[in-house]
Amino acid sequence: MNFPILSSLILLPIIGSLFLFFTKDKEGNNLTAKYVALFTTIVNFLISIYLWIAFEQSTSSFQFIEDRIWIEGFINYKVGIDGISILFVILTTFITPLCVISVNNSVKNRLRDFLIAILIMESFMIGVFCALDLVVFYLFFEAGLIPMFLIIGIWGGTRRVYSAFKFFLYTLLGSVLMLVAIISIYWITGTTDVVKLYEIGIDVKYQNLLWLAFFSSFAVKTPMWPVHTWLPDAHVEAPTAGSVLLAAILLKMAGYGFIRFSLGLFPVASEIFTPLIYVLSVIAIIFTSLIALMQEDMKKLIAYSSVAHMGFVTLGIFTLQQQGIEGSIIQMISHGLVSAALFLTVGVVYDRMHSRLISTYGGLVSIIPKYSILFMIFALASLGLPGTSGFIGEFLILMGAFKDNFLVAVIASLGVILGAAYMLWLYKRVVFGKLINEDLKKIVDLNKSEYFILSCLAAPILFYGFYPDPLINTIEVSVKDLISMHETNLASK
Amino acid sequence: MENLNLILPEIFISISIMFLLILGVFKKDSSKITVNLSLFVILITTIITINETFSVNKETLFNGSVVIDQMSSLMKIITLIGGFLVLVISSTYLKTFKIYNIEYPILILSSILGMMIMISSYDLIVFYMGLELQSLALYVLATYNRDQLKSSEAGLKYFVLSALSSGLLLYGCSLVYGFSGSTNFDIISNQLNSDEYVLTFGIVFILVGLAFKISAVPFHMWAPDVYEGSPTTVTLFFTIVPKIAALTVFIRFLYVPFLNLIDQWQMIIVFLSIASMIFGAVAAIGQTNIKRLIAYSSISHIGYTLAGLATATNEGIQSSIIYISIYVVMNLALFSCLLMLRRKDQYYEDIDDLSGLSKNHPLLSLCLLLILFSLAGIPPLAGFFAKFYVFKAVLEQSMYFLAIVGLLSTVVAAFYYLRIIKIIYFDKEKDKYDTDHSLWLKFSLTLSTILILFYFIFPSPLIEVVSRINII
Repeated sequence: MNFPILSSLILLPIIGSLFLFFTKDKEGNNLTAKYVALFTTIVNFLISIYLWIAFEQSTSSFQFIEDRIWIEGFINYKVGIDGISILFVILTTFITPLCVISVNNSVKNRLRDFLIAILIMESFMIGVFCALDLVVFYLFFEAGLIPMFLIIGIWGGTRRVYSAFKFFLYTLLGSVLMLVAIISIYWITGTTDVVKLYEIGIDVKYQNLLWLAFFSSFAVKTPMWPVHTWLPDAHVEAPTAGSVLLAAILLKMAGYGFIRFSLGLFPVASEIFTPLIYVLSVIAIIFTSLIALMQEDMKKLIAYSSVAHMGFVTLGIFTLQQQGIEGSIIQMISHGLVSAALFLTVGVVYDRMHSRLISTYGGLVSIIPKYSILFMIFALASLGLPGTSGFIGEFLILMGAFKDNFLVAVIASLGVILGAAYMLWLYKRVVFGKLINEDLKKIVDLNKSEYFILSCLAAPILFYGFYPDPLINTIEVSVKDLISMHETNLASK
Repeated sequence: MENLNLILPEIFISISIMFLLILGVFKKDSSKITVNLSLFVILITTIITINETFSVNKETLFNGSVVIDQMSSLMKIITLIGGFLVLVISSTYLKTFKIYNIEYPILILSSILGMMIMISSYDLIVFYMGLELQSLALYVLATYNRDQLKSSEAGLKYFVLSALSSGLLLYGCSLVYGFSGSTNFDIISNQLNSDEYVLTFGIVFILVGLAFKISAVPFHMWAPDVYEGSPTTVTLFFTIVPKIAALTVFIRFLYVPFLNLIDQWQMIIVFLSIASMIFGAVAAIGQTNIKRLIAYSSISHIGYTLAGLATATNEGIQSSIIYISIYVVMNLALFSCLLMLRRKDQYYEDIDDLSGLSKNHPLLSLCLLLILFSLAGIPPLAGFFAKFYVFKAVLEQSMYFLAIVGLLSTVVAAFYYLRIIKIIYFDKEKDKYDTDHSLWLKFSLTLSTILILFYFIFPSPLIEVVSRINII
C-alpha cells in the first residue's frame, strides 16, 4: 500500500487545528495562530498540487485509492479521486489559505477559534470530494454543518442567529432523506461502495425514489429554486471568509454530488427527471437574476447571482452531453474562484466603510483604482466575458444544452444577458458615477495582503479563460466514461 | 443443585446492602465510608458479573424463572457502570444540599439490585418483584431532597403514577397468566396464540405499564415534573439506569412470551415510537429549564430506541441496545456539565444560565457543543451512529414511514439543541461559575466526551459485543 496521501490531505487541517487548540488565545491580531493555520493550509495546497501532477489523466478509474475496513462487514473507509473530484480538491485547498490570509481584516474577536473552524471545515470539504463510500460521503457532507453553523453564528452580522439556524435546519432537512436513501441502497444492493455500485447498478424500480431523496439534499445545498432562500441570508450574515468558503466550495458539494451520485447511480431516474431539473434551473437562472437586479445589498446581489450560476451548473449536468457536464465542472471551478473573489472585494470595502449597501458607494474608481481594476476583472468573469474562465463554463453548458433541448438553451441564454445586466449595473453604481459620499474620500486602496489574495484569484480566472486545456484534459476522460457508462446502463435497462 | 455462581452478583450486592445498613446504624457519621464502600461494592459486582456471566450463552435457574444470557450480562454491566458513575459524581451536589447521608448510596444499590433482577427475570413474578424493588427505591430517591417542596412533589407524583402503572402491569400479567396457565416466559410463549381477543388486552396492559416505566408517549406525563423536581444527581440516575433495565424487560417481553403475537404488538410499538419521537422533539422547544428539556429529549430518544424494537429482528434489538448505550454516555456527559454550573453553593439549571458560557469556560462549552450536536445526531459524533444503526435496522424491514418520520423529527429536535448552542456561543456572557469541581466529575465529563467524539474511529468493538445478543 502506498503512502495514504488522500487521508493525509483530509487529516492535515485537523492536526493543524489541534495545534491551534493548544496555542494561547490572544485578543486582537493573533499572529501565531494565523501562521499555524496558514502553514497547514499551504502545505495542504502543495500536497494537492503534487496530487494533480501525479494524477494519471488518461484513465477514468479512481486513483490514490485507500480502502480500509471501518465497520466490520458493513462500511469501508474508502477514498479515491478521479478527474472530476481532483479539481474540487484543489479548489478547496487553494481557497482555504486565501481565506486564512483574509481573516485579519474581517474577524476581530476569537481569531484562533475562527481559524480552527475554518481548518476543520477544510478537512470535511476535502473528505466530501474524496469519499468513495456513500456513508463516508454523508458523514463528511453533514459534519460540515457544525463548523459552518458556528462560523455564521459567532462571527456573523446582526441577524446571524436567524441565518445560522436557517442554514443548519434547511440543509439538515434535505440531508436526512439522503440518509434514508443511502441505507436503502445498502439493503437493496448489499454495499455502499460507489465503485461497486457503478458496476452492479441499482434496480430500476427503486431508482426514482432514491433519486428524489438524493435530489432533496443536493437541491437544498446547490441551492436550487425554490429552496435557495437560506443562501442569501447565510451569505449576508457570514463573515467574509465564511461567505467565501460557502460560495466557493460548499455549494460545489451538491453539484459534485449530482454528477457523482445522481448521474452515476441512477441513470434511468436521471433521464426521467431531467425536465424537472431543466425547469427548476431555468427558473433559477431567470428569476434569481431578476431578483439580483433589484438588490440594494452587494453581498445579497452576489448571493443571488450564485443561485443563478448554480442554475447553469445543474442545467449543464443534466444535459447529459460531454460539453454540458464538462462545462458544469468548469463553471463550478470558475464560480468558486469568481464568487470567492467577489465576496472578498465586497469584504474589502465593507471593512473600510462598514456598509454593504450599494448606495453608500459610487465613484470609487478615482480613489482606489487598483481595487476598481480587480473588481472589474471579477465582475466581467462573473458575467462570462470571453477570456475569463466564466465564459468557458457557460459556453460549454449552453452548447450542451442546445444539443439536448433548444428551448431551454434559448431561455438560459437570456439569463446570460441578465447576468451581464446586474453585474455591470452593480459595477457602474459602485465604481463609476459621481463621488457623493464624503466619507469615501478617506478610504485607502488595497493593502498588501488584499492585493495578494485578489491577484491570486485573478490569475487563474484569466489563465483558464484563455487556456482551459489543463482543466478540460483532467476531466475529459472521466466525463466521457461517465456518459458512456450512463448510456450503457440506460440501454441495458 | 443450581449453579449459584450465575447469580453471584445479585447475592453479593444484597448481602452488601444489608451489611451497609447495619454499618450505618452502628457507626456515626458513616456517610463518607458508606459511599466509598458502595462504590467498591458496585465495582466488585461488575467484576463478578463480567467473570461469571459474560461468557455464558444462555442458562436458566430456579425452574427457568431467572435467565442469564448475553443480553442480561451486558445490560447488567451497563447498569452497574452507570450506577457507579452516578454515585461517584454525586458527592459535591449532595454535600451542597446537606443530604450527604448513608441512605443515598444504599437506595441506589437497592434499586440497582432490583434492576438486575428485572434484567434477569424470565418469569412474571420474578419480574414484578424486581420492578417493585427498584421502584420503591426510586420513589424515595426522587424525594431525597425532602426539604424542598419540588422534590417532595416529584416523589409523590412519581409514586402515584408509577403505582398506577404497576397496577396495570399486574393486571396484564394476570390476564396473560389466565390464558397461558403459567408465569414462565417460555411456557407462555408456547401456549399463547393470537386467536384470543382478551389476550390482546393483557398484552396492551403490560405494554402500557412498561411504556410508562420508560416514559414513552403517551405515558410520559410524569417524566418532566419528576426530572425537574428531583435532585439533579437523582435525575441523572433516572434518565439512564432505570431505562436500561426497563428496555431489557421490554425486549424480553416482546421477544420471548409475545413473539408469536407479533401482529398484535408491532403497531403499538411503532405508534409509541413515532409519538415519542415527535412529541419529545416538539415539546422540548418551549422549555426553559434544562432538566425539563432533558426529560423531553430523553422521551424522544426512547422513541428511537423503540423504533429498533419495532422491527422484530435481532438487528433491530441490537441497534436499540447500541442506541441506549450511546445515549447513556451522552446523558452522563450532559449531566456532568450541568453539575458544573455551580456558583457559591448554588446550582443553576435554567437554559439562560448557560448564556455566553463560551467566553468564560471555553472547554466546558466545547464539551457541551459536542454533546449537544451528538444528541442532535450530527455526524461524525456518536449520537449519529446510534441513530444510524437504528434506522439501518428499520429500513431493512422496509419500514420507510417510521424511518422518515424519525429522521424528520431529528430535524425538529436539532432546533432545540441548536438553541442551547446558540445561547452558549452567541449570547452575552454572565458571571463566572466555580471551577473547583471534584476530580471524578471532571473525569466523567472528559471520558464521556472523548467517547462521543472519537467513537467514529473505532465503531466496531461496541457492535461486536452487542452482536452476540440473539434473542429471537
